[in-house]
Amino acid sequence: MSPEIGTHQLESDTAGDMNFKETELTLALPGESRTLKEMNGGTIGTKRGFLETVDLNLGSPRADCSDKDRNESENDVLTAAKPPAAKAQVVGWPPVRDYRKNAMKSCKYVKVAVDGAPYLRKVNLEMYNSYEQLLSALEDMFSCFTIRNYLNERKMVNGVENVPTYEDKDGDWMMLGDVPWKMFVESCKRLRLMKSSEANGLAPRTPSKCSSTSG
Amino acid sequence: MVSLCSFISYYWEEEKRMNYFPDEVLEHVFDFVTSSRDRNALSQVCKSWYRIESSSRQKVFIGNCYAISPERVIERFPALKSIALKGKPHFADFNLVPHEWGGFVYPWIEAFARNRVGLEELRLKRMVVSDDSLELLSRSFANFKSLVLVSCEGFTTDGLAAIAANCRCLRELDLQENEVEDHRGHWLSCFHDSHTSLVSLNFACLKGDINLGVLERLVARSPNLRSLRLNRAVPFDTLQKILMQSPNLVDLGVGSYVHDPDSETYDKLVTAIEKCKSVRSLSGFLDVAPHCLPAFHSICPNLTSLNLSYAPGIQGGELTKLIRHCRKLQRLWILDCIGDKGLEVVASTCKDLQELRVFPSDPYIGHAAVTEEGLVAISSGCPKLHSILYFCQQMTNAALITVAKNCPNFIRFRLCILDPTKPDAVTQQPLDEGFGAIVHSCRGLRRLSLTGLLTDQVFLYIGMYAEQLEMLSIAFAGDSDKGMQYVLNGCKRLRKLEIRDSPFGNGALLMDVGKYEAMRSLWMSSCEVTLGGCKTLAKKMPRLNVEIMNENEQTDFIFDDAQKVDKMYLYRTLAGQRKDAPDFVWTL
Repeated sequence: MSPEIGTHQLESDTAGDMNFKETELTLALPGESRTLKEMNGGTIGTKRGFLETVDLNLGSPRADCSDKDRNESENDVLTAAKPPAAKAQVVGWPPVRDYRKNAMKSCKYVKVAVDGAPYLRKVNLEMYNSYEQLLSALEDMFSCFTIRNYLNERKMVNGVENVPTYEDKDGDWMMLGDVPWKMFVESCKRLRLMKSSEANGLAPRTPSKCSSTSG
Repeated sequence: MVSLCSFISYYWEEEKRMNYFPDEVLEHVFDFVTSSRDRNALSQVCKSWYRIESSSRQKVFIGNCYAISPERVIERFPALKSIALKGKPHFADFNLVPHEWGGFVYPWIEAFARNRVGLEELRLKRMVVSDDSLELLSRSFANFKSLVLVSCEGFTTDGLAAIAANCRCLRELDLQENEVEDHRGHWLSCFHDSHTSLVSLNFACLKGDINLGVLERLVARSPNLRSLRLNRAVPFDTLQKILMQSPNLVDLGVGSYVHDPDSETYDKLVTAIEKCKSVRSLSGFLDVAPHCLPAFHSICPNLTSLNLSYAPGIQGGELTKLIRHCRKLQRLWILDCIGDKGLEVVASTCKDLQELRVFPSDPYIGHAAVTEEGLVAISSGCPKLHSILYFCQQMTNAALITVAKNCPNFIRFRLCILDPTKPDAVTQQPLDEGFGAIVHSCRGLRRLSLTGLLTDQVFLYIGMYAEQLEMLSIAFAGDSDKGMQYVLNGCKRLRKLEIRDSPFGNGALLMDVGKYEAMRSLWMSSCEVTLGGCKTLAKKMPRLNVEIMNENEQTDFIFDDAQKVDKMYLYRTLAGQRKDAPDFVWTL
């Protein structure tokens, strides 16, 4: 997990408690923001309940907007390394209709970050049927980089190699090819093509395991 | 409306001189008055005008289906042909209203059928529509022409099949953002071979597959088709065939084309699109291979309306390239991944822009890709802008003040900062001054939604300046009862007020109880009002339904007047307490 936890861990624990309490209470319990405030010692006024009830990654202010675009990929990669604090979502916020949320969800677009590339791309995982298709699309997208493809021969150009990894629902970073394709599409939150040197912390896959993951 | 007033005053003068003014003449004049509001005004002039207007009105709008009974509507408007009904309160869109709350259309359709109303058009928003309702509708009205369902639920494609099969005169079937249970697409086949009258068909919200051959044949036999919005299941080559059949389309909603087409199909599509010189409105693109977008560039220069808010796959460069071709745009719905830079492109290209909506592409994660900079750019490049919905990461007072100066013509201004209590991103102050500038400058403002760190001060400004305000949405704002009191005191035209998670209590609620009869409705959730306060209100105002929602089944809730009420929805009504309320809704 992430090293900088300190308060984060605390927040996670409390949020975890909140989640448990949430499941104890009935659906969409009105005034839950109040209940959670009480749990937090009610340090902030009634109307500020929102801050306690939400993932603290939300809306971290970036005072310097002009650097926003440049920093975005960096920040995303950094935040990607942290596990998301357990989210106690406030009911009905942001005010977006379910229909819209669901329509976007089923698109299954995930961000792709490539170490060394200054921009992010998005891919729709629903467009592909296998790891091979996905990886070849990524190669097209980031044509100046190579992607180490465990399913095939290793490719190397200019001595630069990228290892495809993804962050799953639980916030863990995994190598591509671990799980059956459909399960991967379900659980993948974002992709990152990591420099091989950084991928050492992740357990390598054996070729025999990979063959069960295509298609 | 100005000419209407002069007509009315002219008539008063004339009546003094004339003894007889035939009904038919008045009726003929009234025919030219079409908006509900104006006709309501006519009906209040005098008894005979009331009588003539009521007996001739064909189009009726009911903003709250529980405000009046269907029987009463039928009695007053015997010439009724077209009706629009709204059901659930607005906050139901955001899961704040419990699922079984109500808003059933069946009793209305049943009453119309029983009373042999010559119904031709039905438009519903946020209502529960069962398959039985659709079945009954389809069998009861021989001249039924138009069904428009917006944000409704409760029906399946079986209900649509009944409509298709039985409504032989159907011209319009428009399904916007409904939750429809899809029993897999035979409904389209239910349109008879002799059904050639379709003008508008929108099934973009259906998730299931449809029979493409059936669709092609339906389009081929519909020479009057002007509006067609496809769902995800309709691929590239079908689209191309359809467009060849319907070069006169005015409104097109594209389905999906996931995989890059071969060049032959692509070329055919380009040819077909080039023929569609009448298309003014474009939407869809739920799944899209971005390389295909240039196929649409030929119709972009004619577009007045573009909705790409369901197209997260169109990013950065492709998006701005497309927009640069759209010089005549008046309405644009987009995702925030366009970014501030992309909005600058919009600002420099779309000089006729009137309405802009920027939606968050990551509503779950809570991070928006636009800031106050994009909003300022738009306001300075698009002076005709009058409606905006803007989801953003942050805002500043300076930006809002600039926007207010650039665009004094706002009618609708809805700002949603994803962190709803966020202060001015630069000064860390509340956003009171910024919104104050908006209401001060935009004298015609009718609808306002606020977010950000806001104190009672912003409500003081709203009460003082927002004279035309009709709808106000408040979330996580204000400090005390005074905030709400300023609004209730000042906004004379207020019709709908919805408040969540704000510290307004009984003092505000009970300050001017008569006001609520001049309004359509008030929603308060997670505020400070108590059961005792609501009871007091309900007692004083018998013509309001004061509904309390409690999902907890706490029996001691009923006896504890000091208990805070989680959700309260009150509305004026002539129909009394409704009989279809579920257990957890308690009408005081």
